[in-house]
Amino acid sequence: MILIECPNCGPRDETEYHYGGQAHVAYPEDPSQLTDKEWAEYLFYRDNPKGLFAERWVHTGGCRRWFNAVRDTVTYEFKAVYRSGEPRPDLASLSQAENNKEGAAK
Amino acid sequence: MADLLPEHPDFLWRNPEPKSSYDAVIVGGGGHGIATAYYLAKNHGMTNIAILERGWLAGGNMARNTTIIRSNYLWDESAAIYEHSLKLWEQLPEELEYDFLFSQRGVLNLAHTLGDVRESVRRVEANKLNGVDAEWLTPEQVKEVCPIVNIGDDIRYPVMGATYQPRAGIAKHDHVAWAFARKCDEMGVDIIQNCEVTGFIKDGNRVVGVETSRGRILTDKVGLAAAGHSSVLAELAGFRLPIQSHPLQALVSELFEPVHPTVVMSNHVHVYVSQAHKGELVMGAGIDSYNGYGQRGAFHVIEEQMAAAVELFPIFARAHLLRTWGGIVDTTLDASPIVSTTPVDGVFVNCGWGTGGFKGTPGAGYTFAHTIATGEAHPLNAPFALDRFETGHLIDEHGAAAVAH
Repeated sequence: MILIECPNCGPRDETEYHYGGQAHVAYPEDPSQLTDKEWAEYLFYRDNPKGLFAERWVHTGGCRRWFNAVRDTVTYEFKAVYRSGEPRPDLASLSQAENNKEGAAK
Repeated sequence: MADLLPEHPDFLWRNPEPKSSYDAVIVGGGGHGIATAYYLAKNHGMTNIAILERGWLAGGNMARNTTIIRSNYLWDESAAIYEHSLKLWEQLPEELEYDFLFSQRGVLNLAHTLGDVRESVRRVEANKLNGVDAEWLTPEQVKEVCPIVNIGDDIRYPVMGATYQPRAGIAKHDHVAWAFARKCDEMGVDIIQNCEVTGFIKDGNRVVGVETSRGRILTDKVGLAAAGHSSVLAELAGFRLPIQSHPLQALVSELFEPVHPTVVMSNHVHVYVSQAHKGELVMGAGIDSYNGYGQRGAFHVIEEQMAAAVELFPIFARAHLLRTWGGIVDTTLDASPIVSTTPVDGVFVNCGWGTGGFKGTPGAGYTFAHTIATGEAHPLNAPFALDRFETGHLIDEHGAAAVAH
């Protein structure tokens, strides 16, 4: 079980949360103008990276608010949590920081 | 000591060095990849082909699934491909000359609510119309098929009946892979393990080869059969897939005398159970909620399925959990697979089988081989094209497929 840091409530067990998939997917500004391909992209296509992933979580068993997180999909480790509406942390610098840390440990 | 050991059995396949070029390359040496190579060689005469496997043969989901085989899906398109697959299963032990313990012990899909009952009866009738053996059983009939199921009405979700497919069953998964692999090898297919595809070589929009950890291999046909890693490969090839990879866990108990004569699945309390030939109770349930490539999941998911199992089978209360593990499953939004051409010429994809790929092994191989060999869909996999997400012709098996995906 993962310990997840809610930006409002602090660290809580994974069972208090629900998952919301990829973050920062905006509703199309003018859906009627989209081609079928673009509409399919919006509805069904989401990133599925092996590595760092910016994603949505909701603290169902606590403050009931949505927030965003950057998590490693291989180790499941949370690298950052941030409130909805805040910009996504720079993924490259998060993974660089991780590399430096691993380098230092050796 | 060594002289006490028996002779090493014959190897079932060679371990050749990769050639510089092939007529087709299959990426992924799991069940689907090996079955695809088998049908490419057998049905389409393509024997100058290779299976490229990053790890070892059948070491991914093929080694981790709960081995349930059935075809009682609701929609016509699904019933057609899964029933074709089941018919292939029925002839494969003889065809592959390998007894991989295919046991048609039937499957019960339990109903626990009025909604379940209505869905189940509807699915039984749909199955009958599609030539799939199916019947609706009352709780008492469920008890006759599987005496250890608790049909009491004093539990939170009493058993209100079940659908029953007698031709469903289980098979020994690793032996299935070895049986296909031996025949592939005999027909000249190169099975190349420890060979990771790291890039695609393209001429414009047409694939002309792959870069691998064991060098460059030229080919103008590449079939992706990489399950949870399909998105990673598609990105390397230059297109996207509507796939999300999730951890899916399963577990076994210690060994017991035979107590469980069939396969029992419950969508509503969510667990599926059978007893392996060796004696372990084999159980699985739903995916962990988040995207993951870690081949493991959370313990609370195990705990929930164990709670469901103990309520349905009180006899399991003192059984010990022996081992749990996880695989990475490739889920789609409509819970149906993708067996299709792709936006890149010469690259084909078989993925999206999600939590139910094992039963589809021969059907996927059969249709995917047709698509790779001819460049066209077989009638059975035509509905499972990638473009259904654009045209809206989804095959929505969520909740319709007798189990949640």
